Amino acid sequence: MIRLENVTKSYPTSTRPALDDVTVEIDKGEFVFLVGSSGSGKSTFLRLLLKEEVPTGGHVHVAGKDLHKLSSWKVPALRRSIGCVFQDFRLLPNKTVFQNVAFALEVIGKPRSVVDKVVPEVLELVGLDGKGKRMPDELSGGEQQRVAVARAFVNRPMILLADEPTGNLDPSTSVGIMKLLDRINRTGTTVVMATHDAAIVDSMRRRVVELSDGRVVRDQSRGVYGYGA
Amino acid sequence: MRAQFVLSEIGIGLRRNLTMTIAVVVTVAISLALFGSGLLIRAQVEAMKDFWYDKVEVSVYLCGESSQAATCGGAAVTQQQRDEIQADLEAMPEVDTVFYESQEEAYAQFREQFEDSPDLVENVTAEALPESFRVKLQDPTQFAIVASAFAQRPGVEEVQDQKALLEGFFNVLNKLQLIALIIAGVQVVAAVLLISNTIRVAAFSRRRETGIMRLVGASNLYIQLPFLLEGVLAGLVGAGFAAGALVAVKAVLVDGQLRPNFPVIAFVGWSDVLAILPWLFLTGMLLAGLSSFVTLRRHLRV
Repeated sequence: MIRLENVTKSYPTSTRPALDDVTVEIDKGEFVFLVGSSGSGKSTFLRLLLKEEVPTGGHVHVAGKDLHKLSSWKVPALRRSIGCVFQDFRLLPNKTVFQNVAFALEVIGKPRSVVDKVVPEVLELVGLDGKGKRMPDELSGGEQQRVAVARAFVNRPMILLADEPTGNLDPSTSVGIMKLLDRINRTGTTVVMATHDAAIVDSMRRRVVELSDGRVVRDQSRGVYGYGA
Repeated sequence: MRAQFVLSEIGIGLRRNLTMTIAVVVTVAISLALFGSGLLIRAQVEAMKDFWYDKVEVSVYLCGESSQAATCGGAAVTQQQRDEIQADLEAMPEVDTVFYESQEEAYAQFREQFEDSPDLVENVTAEALPESFRVKLQDPTQFAIVASAFAQRPGVEEVQDQKALLEGFFNVLNKLQLIALIIAGVQVVAAVLLISNTIRVAAFSRRRETGIMRLVGASNLYIQLPFLLEGVLAGLVGAGFAAGALVAVKAVLVDGQLRPNFPVIAFVGWSDVLAILPWLFLTGMLLAGLSSFVTLRRHLRV
């Protein structure tokens, strides 16, 4: 589903590459934690998968496509097969919960009838049924992140990328979000989650890929956050 | 593509950016009004050329007793010279018709022309006015051929082209046209910069939305179209105001003021104005569309 081959990414403003000769393969339906300290290259890793960045060297394959050969007008199609969740939720403050989720469908040209059918379903899936008319600032952080997950998942993507989705949440709320991501994973969606949250990684016992200074220093199935943790 | 979605985005964008939108509309309107005025002045010159060039004549003034010109030799034109000049004029292929005006006829016309100033008429006698041949050319631009053939002939005092008098007036109009077009050009630059800035501000104020649109895989067209149409709409509204101004100039200034006061002069007609209007809208649309497009390529990349 996702394959990085000897991927190097250097930014012109930095002497040290953000990613240095990274080779990782992630199969369909896997749940992978991407761990490492700040600046270790986790975010660059995720941005490469969306073709928001292009690698300086090596090849990135996502959903059977070589991103190097993917022409720019096909990038939107790639992104429709990938959902994204962020630490800061990125909801539109002037739209309701329903409208926020619907927005993701409207802007890819889905007709009203589909929107009206699919959005309530996904809101129920994330545990927000009945809150469609609320505004984001009326919701708790955990609920806002559920809206973001609903928006990322409403188009039923093959891959869900989460960049520290629990970074702004307290531990018990985080558990709720993790259960949600786990449930989405069980529908067959590949989930890649960058995180700092040792407790979550340790409790989930899923595959862990650790980055340090842009290199893969550990790739462990059913791993924990750090050695000796 | 859902038209309703795009339209509501345009509405939101224009309202959020109202002051900038008004600035764009005003600048585009001024620029296009001046551009239209330039075209209107050109149409006016053409209308006057069509009208006058049919009527202008070349005057070949013949020597009188008091003529000072070297070709006269201090004497009036002789009958033989007069006949030869007339014969040669009529023989020229460029010449359409030749009409002889005697001193008496010139005097009669002079009296008629200046009947409001009797003092002037009293002080002028028929002998003081030159007799002349009034020559109508096939093509009014071929004055030089007639002038070179007759200016140095004995008995000819002066060859005068009425067209030269009109040319002076046309020169003034052409300069006005040039000034209008230069100011229009400067305004176009201002309009392009303003539109580009407006689009940039709009893109910045909606960076949340566009960021999410990119993430969920909205196409470039879907992301950029509302901004592009916003620019084009502002350009078209500006063109609309410019068109209104031009119609007002035609109706109030030309038809209301100039035509009643100068009944002998031909003025631009409504067909000239109507021919200009589509160009205003096209220019306004292209101006706004292109500058929006270029700005979007720089600021809203996928």
